[in-house]
Amino acid sequence: MTVATTNTATASGQKLDVGKQRRARITGAVMIGLALLVLLVLGVDGGEQATFRLSRPTDTWVLPDLVVPAGPFNYVAATVLAFLGARQFLQGGVRWTSLSLGFGLAILVMAFLVWATAGKAFSLTGMLQATMVRAVPIALGGLAGVLCERVAVVNIAIEGMLLAGAFTGALMGSLLGGWGGLVAAVAVGGAFGFFLAALVVTFRMDQIIAGVVINLFVLGLTSYVSSQVFADLRHLNNAPVFRAWKIPVLSDIPVIGPMLFYQNIFVYGALILVAIATYYLFHTRSGLRARAVGEHPRAADTLGVNVYRTRYIHVTLGGMVAGFGGAWFTLGSVGRFDENMTGGRGFIGLAAMIFGRWHPVGALAAALVFGFADSLQQKLALLRTPIPSEFLAMSPYIATIIVVAGLVGKARPPAADGKPYVKE
Amino acid sequence: MSEKTDINAEMNRLLARATRDRSDIEDLVVVPVFAVIVALILGAATMLATGVDLATIGKSFVALFVGSVGSLNAISETLTAAIPLVLAGLGLALGFRAGLFNIGAEGQLLLGGVAAVVFGFSFPDLPFVVLMPLCLLAGALTGAFYASIAGALKAATGAHEVISTIMLNLISYRLLDYLLRSPWIQKEGRSDPISKSVPDNAQLPRLLDWIEPNLRLHAGIFVMLIAVFVVYWILFRSKIGFAFRASGENPDAARYAGMHSGLIIVAAMASAGALAGLAGAAQVLGVLDRASPGFSAGIGFDAIAVALLGRSHPLGVLFAGVLFGGLEAGGRQMQVDAGVSIDIIGIIQALIIVFIAAPLLVRAIFPWGFRRTGDNHGGKGK
Repeated sequence: MTVATTNTATASGQKLDVGKQRRARITGAVMIGLALLVLLVLGVDGGEQATFRLSRPTDTWVLPDLVVPAGPFNYVAATVLAFLGARQFLQGGVRWTSLSLGFGLAILVMAFLVWATAGKAFSLTGMLQATMVRAVPIALGGLAGVLCERVAVVNIAIEGMLLAGAFTGALMGSLLGGWGGLVAAVAVGGAFGFFLAALVVTFRMDQIIAGVVINLFVLGLTSYVSSQVFADLRHLNNAPVFRAWKIPVLSDIPVIGPMLFYQNIFVYGALILVAIATYYLFHTRSGLRARAVGEHPRAADTLGVNVYRTRYIHVTLGGMVAGFGGAWFTLGSVGRFDENMTGGRGFIGLAAMIFGRWHPVGALAAALVFGFADSLQQKLALLRTPIPSEFLAMSPYIATIIVVAGLVGKARPPAADGKPYVKE
Repeated sequence: MSEKTDINAEMNRLLARATRDRSDIEDLVVVPVFAVIVALILGAATMLATGVDLATIGKSFVALFVGSVGSLNAISETLTAAIPLVLAGLGLALGFRAGLFNIGAEGQLLLGGVAAVVFGFSFPDLPFVVLMPLCLLAGALTGAFYASIAGALKAATGAHEVISTIMLNLISYRLLDYLLRSPWIQKEGRSDPISKSVPDNAQLPRLLDWIEPNLRLHAGIFVMLIAVFVVYWILFRSKIGFAFRASGENPDAARYAGMHSGLIIVAAMASAGALAGLAGAAQVLGVLDRASPGFSAGIGFDAIAVALLGRSHPLGVLFAGVLFGGLEAGGRQMQVDAGVSIDIIGIIQALIIVFIAAPLLVRAIFPWGFRRTGDNHGGKGK
């Protein structure tokens, strides 16, 4: 008996190792493939140079341009990639599989940038600024997801909440001005959060279905109103836009200054909310209780935490965060609402949350990666690379799939995630 | 003593069985009927809130009715709209049964439709009996391939299919734009993204044009009925269907019973994608003649609602698809007659699913119509 048990244990242990090894091998093979890609497709002939501008001539401190010899750089990049890949492939990668994959992808992006800019010039500062701007709705969507999933409610409805926030921002912003629109967008996001909580906590509806339904409902409602009402009454869809605020001194820091300190309130708001949420979830008593509800609701209940109320509160808060993020689409950028203008950002936010391992800071970092992919695609259209623009437009989505499939292997959601809790 | 307990237990068991039958009827008939009624009322309230006057609302509901079942043309339109909804809905239902929430029907449908078009105009000289089925097959295979990407990722790495299928949808829109602009697909002499037309001998023939030439009902309805039967057979009579359902109900138990969960996931996704691809192919071969950006018109998302409304049962999907087809056809009539935007139909559809998926909510709104049982918070909650 004992022998049999030991055997089974060893066998399953070995099986685990084999699985891990296979994963590392696959990662290694992928990276060797990427190295070949860099070498063969992204190879640059002759002595062409890629010029990256680090500052504008009008800035307080002007940095010299960063000039990279394109050909040699990509040879080095391919070599490093091949080395990392071979190491994973041969050793079965006992350590740092995910880390080297991430590093490898970063090198790939750099090589790609150098290849695309070879013989031309490119403003790095501008792209970083755009990265931050584009990361905002994704980061806020991801943060909304973190708040909900930490109390074990899967929120697929983030997309719908963003859309509702965008719509309300445009409508109420046109009527009441920017701040009124912002408050209304947050309130409507919160209302949908409360509605989701009611559906999944009180009425115990399947959480995914509830989320999909809210998405369909918001899409239907906002499209209906915008084609039925906004088409005739245009002044209802013409909201003021929040301008960028320049924070003195800090915004003069080269490269990261404009990225972090010369933005509108949505960027500052997202950064502050991420900080608050991190402090709240991991350093306060009620944050601990919320996480307990997500991990083991029965135990939390036994200790006197009101599971239902905790879920209601956090999902509503998540909805408010998503509503704020949604307002970015209208009040933070163009001022008018278009049908389905969020274009899947909420789902990318969800992916950012998973990539960020259910941590607010992680979600922000992941959102920056997606924002980078998004702004890269915009800037590359200007550089006129031979790649069709449709494929560049796909890149954030492909990146999401790769991230969700490849890097999340080890991430663990809250234990009770997605399960309804029935009080006995 | 022990005998008494046994009898009590036996009685309880019998009672439970009897009440379950009753609640099955409630679940299958009463809840959907209430759901549709409440959704229509709330739809009217929405129209009222956006400044549509009562007379127009009345007119639009008449138009909704007349446009869906009021004439032979209306019925033909309803069934025409139902064909892709039922086909894609069957695929989603199959996925739901296997525990997979496939949101990617839209993308699978788009690529399946494009594949059918491309195959059609690439071999215009083949006879009808060969070409038309091959076009459908091309659509189904492409859909199956595209969906199995998400399935394979889930099986190999655990990537959640909801996110990966949504991403595949977004990718498919861009891919479609690219394909429709590439010279071997784009219609000659056009600068906008639109494909060449399907040759006549690849089209699904119209069935009722001998009565009136503009009746659009096409032979895709047979494809749809066959698919309902085949999916029923797969789900409830075949070994693979049992494996789908087992791993949907309890993945761990299925794995311990020796089923290969990874293979089942890929197979279920592929069959779901095949049906969605078939829906796209039927749509282009029967109605549209060509592919253009967004030719799916959200059918892939409406099909989610159809599958949920039909309780993931092939016959339920058939009825739900016809209902949604009717809403679609009636909604178009409504837009023409009453000037109310067809987007209102989207709201009504979403509300229907809310009430279907949360029977407790319907019971809370309509306490009458349901027998009060001790387990009022029941369902499968436990």
